Amino acid sequence: MPEQRVVDADYLLLEAPRERKFITGAQAMAEAVKRANVDIAIAYPITPQSEVMHLVGDLWAQGYLKDYYRAEEEYGAMSAIAGAVRGGARAFTATSGPGLLRGLEAIASWPGHRIPAVLGVLTRVVNAPLSIQPDNIEIAYLLNCGMVVLHAENQQDVFDFTLAGFVISEKVDVYIPVAVCTEGFFVTHAKGYVNMTPEDMKLPPRDPYKAPVPPTDCEIPPARIQRDAPVQKSNFMSYLIHAVWQQEVWASNIRAMKYIYKYLGGPIEVVNPDAEVFIVASGCAAAQGREAVRYAQMEGLNVGLVKVKSIRPFPEKEIREVLKKAKAVIVPEHNIVGWLAKEVKATIPDNDKVIGGPRVYGGMTLPVELIMEKIYDAFGIKKERKVVV
Amino acid sequence: MKVVPGPAGYIPTPAVFEGVELPPPGKALLYGEIVDEEVAMREAAKALLTRRNPTIFPGPLVLWGWNASAMEKAKAVLELAMEIPNCRIIPMPDYRPKYPKIDPEAEINPNHPNLTILHNKIEVCIFVGVHCHYANLSLRMIRAGTNCFTIALCAEMGHEDAMVSLRDVHAEEIRRFKDVVVQVREELGIKWEPKLPPENPSLPPENYETISVVDYGEYSYLLIPRKGEYVPESE
Repeated sequence: MPEQRVVDADYLLLEAPRERKFITGAQAMAEAVKRANVDIAIAYPITPQSEVMHLVGDLWAQGYLKDYYRAEEEYGAMSAIAGAVRGGARAFTATSGPGLLRGLEAIASWPGHRIPAVLGVLTRVVNAPLSIQPDNIEIAYLLNCGMVVLHAENQQDVFDFTLAGFVISEKVDVYIPVAVCTEGFFVTHAKGYVNMTPEDMKLPPRDPYKAPVPPTDCEIPPARIQRDAPVQKSNFMSYLIHAVWQQEVWASNIRAMKYIYKYLGGPIEVVNPDAEVFIVASGCAAAQGREAVRYAQMEGLNVGLVKVKSIRPFPEKEIREVLKKAKAVIVPEHNIVGWLAKEVKATIPDNDKVIGGPRVYGGMTLPVELIMEKIYDAFGIKKERKVVV
Repeated sequence: MKVVPGPAGYIPTPAVFEGVELPPPGKALLYGEIVDEEVAMREAAKALLTRRNPTIFPGPLVLWGWNASAMEKAKAVLELAMEIPNCRIIPMPDYRPKYPKIDPEAEINPNHPNLTILHNKIEVCIFVGVHCHYANLSLRMIRAGTNCFTIALCAEMGHEDAMVSLRDVHAEEIRRFKDVVVQVREELGIKWEPKLPPENPSLPPENYETISVVDYGEYSYLLIPRKGEYVPESE
């Protein structure tokens, strides 16, 4: 393990030199953890979301992390993450599909408990029937938890979002967890080029006293006085406390947006802003959307892409602005319910122009040709289907 | 959105949802808008000097002498209180709901801050040394159900739901605010000799020569650091 020196978070994220490596998405997430000065990682490695937690285990063996252990199952892992963070540690874990759902009760309590942590979500099918193939329906379950939800298109995003996730999560005016989601297999098991910060630099350690709630440090007031759970005895108190508490979680979520601009260049990326027809996509569907834009341009069709990086907070204002002149909006997704299409429809006023699809799920890939069919429909172009035998 | 004294209603929308953003360093929030610190301080001072029953609510971060800067900040809060005519100090020592019922003359609590405000007819108050999460909860409930003008002296980034929110406020900035209060007081022609606020009426004065841990009853476990123990600046 090389000697790592602490550098300023803004320097590491925005200015530090970068070295190009050809690695998998799982490796990219672990490389970000390596540079994030993480104290503890707790794993219950589901099959076979990715090797992220195995790689993070290696980091612990090499001395990058202070502690690492395998929990009894996901509920235990997510609860232990909450405990570690309230104890002042910087914590990381990752899970997938059924594992995410098993841990969801604990995860959904993180924002209300003001737990700044980073959760890797390497998506796979939710059972049953049993499958371990890629499908991102589980992100739909995360949308109303209150946490920041980022969706990475490729290995580079995985690295950048994970490293920035720790910084965003620990901002005093945010202080809620950040989920970094990406598609299992398509991103986690495939290699891509990643520009990474130097291996010998790391984030400053977490300062648990710079927090909007007292840290549970049992030695120093006012920490111990937080011991009683204040909102559980509702017969003694105003129901308004829970209402304003929930408001505070979502207010914190909104406040994260300025840091998403600062560290990730904004919640969306727009390709060809003057397009007639837009593809709105997140995760690796955005990569296919990008390719569809290239195909369309080769055919002289004016198509653009809105890649959504931040699902929560959802960039309503930004998406409304980009799509206000669009003739049609195509939303390709890797799930059956079309959670992103629903978000987009709820965001723009003239939402009858949103075409929810194409959608693939259960482990299917998303061929660019499927998106092209929707593009032809949007332009009113009739294409004959060719069957090659 | 203009963030003004309430009552704003049954469950008002948080200022953040309405687009109010926290100010950058060196700036402040006044009625939800980003302004120069000086402008916000003057408006806060005017409210403290003209509205009924001005009260300071110090939170755990200044009440407990857990490091040197907290102690210094507590001194600065007392100096500020001395300059505000008829100012009272009602502490928020912790964040737990109080059973069976809070004593609204003795303390304020983030689970039902409106009880203390309404009982004492407080029309202007200062939050200082309260952790941001609990300050935000309190400020929203106060805006929902009372007509209190709220001022947040925040050591971090500030509070959208306060009428006046100053950020990065430590002992030095509190003293600067105190100077503004004195200046505005003189401009308004209010005569006042600095003096300490009255003793908290609900708590009997303590004799520190004879007091023991058991005198603190259910709060005895809070006596860390112990009396006389000096805790240096924490990491």
